[in-house]
Amino acid sequence: MIARALALVLVAAVVITAIGIAHARHRHRQLYIEITRLERARDELNIEFGRLQIEQATWAESNRIDQVARQRLGMRFPSTQEIVVVRP
Amino acid sequence: MKFVRTSGNAKRPRPRAQFDLRGRLLLVGCAMALGAAALVVRAVDLQLIDNDFYQKQADARFLREIPIPTSRGMITDRNGEPLAVSSPVESLWVNPQQIADDPDALARLAGATGLPLDYLTRQVSRYKDKEFMYVPRHRRISPAAAQKILALGIPGVYSQREFRRFYPQGEVVAHVLGFTNVDDRGQEGIELAFDEWLSGKPGVQRVIRDRHGRIVEHVDLVRPAEPGKDLVLSIDRRIQYLAYKELKRTLLETGASSGSVVILDVPTGEVLAMANLPSYNNNRITSGARDAYRNRAVTDLLEPGSTMKPLTVAAALEKGVITPTTRIDTSPGWIPNGKYRTTDLRNYGVLDTTGIITKSSNVGVAKIVRMLGDREFYEFLRRFGYGERTGSGFPGEAAGVLPEPSRWSGTHKQTMSYGYGLSVTPLQIARAYAAIGNGGIAVTPTFVKGQRGEARRVLDPKVAEQVMKMMQTVTEPGGTATRAAILGYHVAGKTGTARRSRAGGYERRYIAFFAGLVPVDKPRFAMVAVVNDPDPSRGGSTYGGGYVSAPLFARVMEGALRLMDVPPDDIDTWLAAQAAEEARRARAAGGAAMPATGGAQ
Repeated sequence: MIARALALVLVAAVVITAIGIAHARHRHRQLYIEITRLERARDELNIEFGRLQIEQATWAESNRIDQVARQRLGMRFPSTQEIVVVRP
Repeated sequence: MKFVRTSGNAKRPRPRAQFDLRGRLLLVGCAMALGAAALVVRAVDLQLIDNDFYQKQADARFLREIPIPTSRGMITDRNGEPLAVSSPVESLWVNPQQIADDPDALARLAGATGLPLDYLTRQVSRYKDKEFMYVPRHRRISPAAAQKILALGIPGVYSQREFRRFYPQGEVVAHVLGFTNVDDRGQEGIELAFDEWLSGKPGVQRVIRDRHGRIVEHVDLVRPAEPGKDLVLSIDRRIQYLAYKELKRTLLETGASSGSVVILDVPTGEVLAMANLPSYNNNRITSGARDAYRNRAVTDLLEPGSTMKPLTVAAALEKGVITPTTRIDTSPGWIPNGKYRTTDLRNYGVLDTTGIITKSSNVGVAKIVRMLGDREFYEFLRRFGYGERTGSGFPGEAAGVLPEPSRWSGTHKQTMSYGYGLSVTPLQIARAYAAIGNGGIAVTPTFVKGQRGEARRVLDPKVAEQVMKMMQTVTEPGGTATRAAILGYHVAGKTGTARRSRAGGYERRYIAFFAGLVPVDKPRFAMVAVVNDPDPSRGGSTYGGGYVSAPLFARVMEGALRLMDVPPDDIDTWLAAQAAEEARRARAAGGAAMPATGGAQ
């Protein structure tokens, strides 16, 4: 009687663990897909950031700034005559 | 016959006793049990004993470990401005096994990529037994272009992410940064020196792939990708650009063939700018023009010429054989050196030590160096880092040539006193001058911000100050480099004009040097300007460092001082200049209306 009950419990335990394993495996795959998706999203954002940095650096390239300042904005370095020295 | 036998059998049925049912059942049962046993044994064999082997075989067919690409670290200047950035690109590839027998797919691919169909077919059939082949001329293309081709859905065509290096500043910083190869490994410059630090570790993930190489399922992450670390250089982008621009202008104006500028931060030894011409665009590396790839400021060996004189004088001052006011007779403007002569441009007569530096008298330093022992002079130069690498860690850095006294000929010491018979790099000159400006403490130059180089005392602080004062006279009226003067700052420096050596003698071509420190009060920058082979026919007869390199020094330093907010140490001259200007303006205003140019109030 006891033996039969034990067997029943064990069978139930086996079934439950089997389902548990299948479930865990399923969860693992789903989570892995999720993390890959998130990582890809993160990479895309990083890449976008890098692209924007390159773009920013290209716009801020010294030669370009120099030319825009001089030609389009008509800027120049003040000559020494134009600088007023304030004695501290 | 047939009929007869059948009827015969029917007539004589088999006796019952001969039919052994048990025996037969036993036989069949045994056979089946054996079969079942064989199956069980096989199953045990497969599942338990040889499991690993078969699992491996199965995995080898479907499971793949594929790399996760990662980006190289960013290189920025000292203010965080990007100098080298990795950006993703796509590399198209095909599976030849899949596409080789599919003329339709090949034709579509040829159409999409613009490659000739017969060429593509040839390439694909050549790698027919492989599973991977890059589409020719479609490595590292922009993600948008790759997406366009992939969107056509041609079977067997895939794309792989890679990273490409972009250098927004291009040729301005090309020599310092260097470049990477197609596999994203550093090949030159900082990219090579800090390759370990910059390059990331690609990760590995395990996936299940089908027969066509498509990924069916991501199974596991074996190792996450480690992106490369960023690197902050000591270079200041603005000063670098200024140095490059002014060097370019100088080369154009003087018709010189090449040039270098090195700017060091005196207290820390950081390289603030290092520009060379001719330069190249490191975004687009071609196999030609290797000559332009060289970072001349650290690889080229030059005879330092007169920039050597402050060191010779410092050696004698430290030894105590002369003082700044010791009077030395340089007439008649030449002095024998073995069977040769050491000559001055003209006869300067009696000069004191300061005057020898001011006028750059070869005869003067030749007489001074005669008071020093061979070994002493050699050891002194050695201490200043001549004849050995500066320790900056830049790939391909030259050590220079400083011969041992035992190998000196009779004329060697005297020749060396004014900068011939030894070779140094522009960076070595900059380092030696920075040591003088730093109160006699030499700091190992570094390209990394905040990484303080090793500091070592190489000169008595009092002597360093005396030499600074002497070099200050060079840029003042009467000196050889009045064009190096900067309004509002005291400048210490030394010109140099060295004949270019070549096998068997010296050419009538020159290298114009200027090495200087500013401001004298508390030196912040040490700068060396080297202009190689200026055209003497341009800009008068003067080819000298005072004419060619000194103005370059002044223009770059003026900007650098402003950019780095270095307070002026010579306000009085500035005020005087301003008072004179105000007086002029007042006179002009008295006569007519204010000139339109007098903008600032």
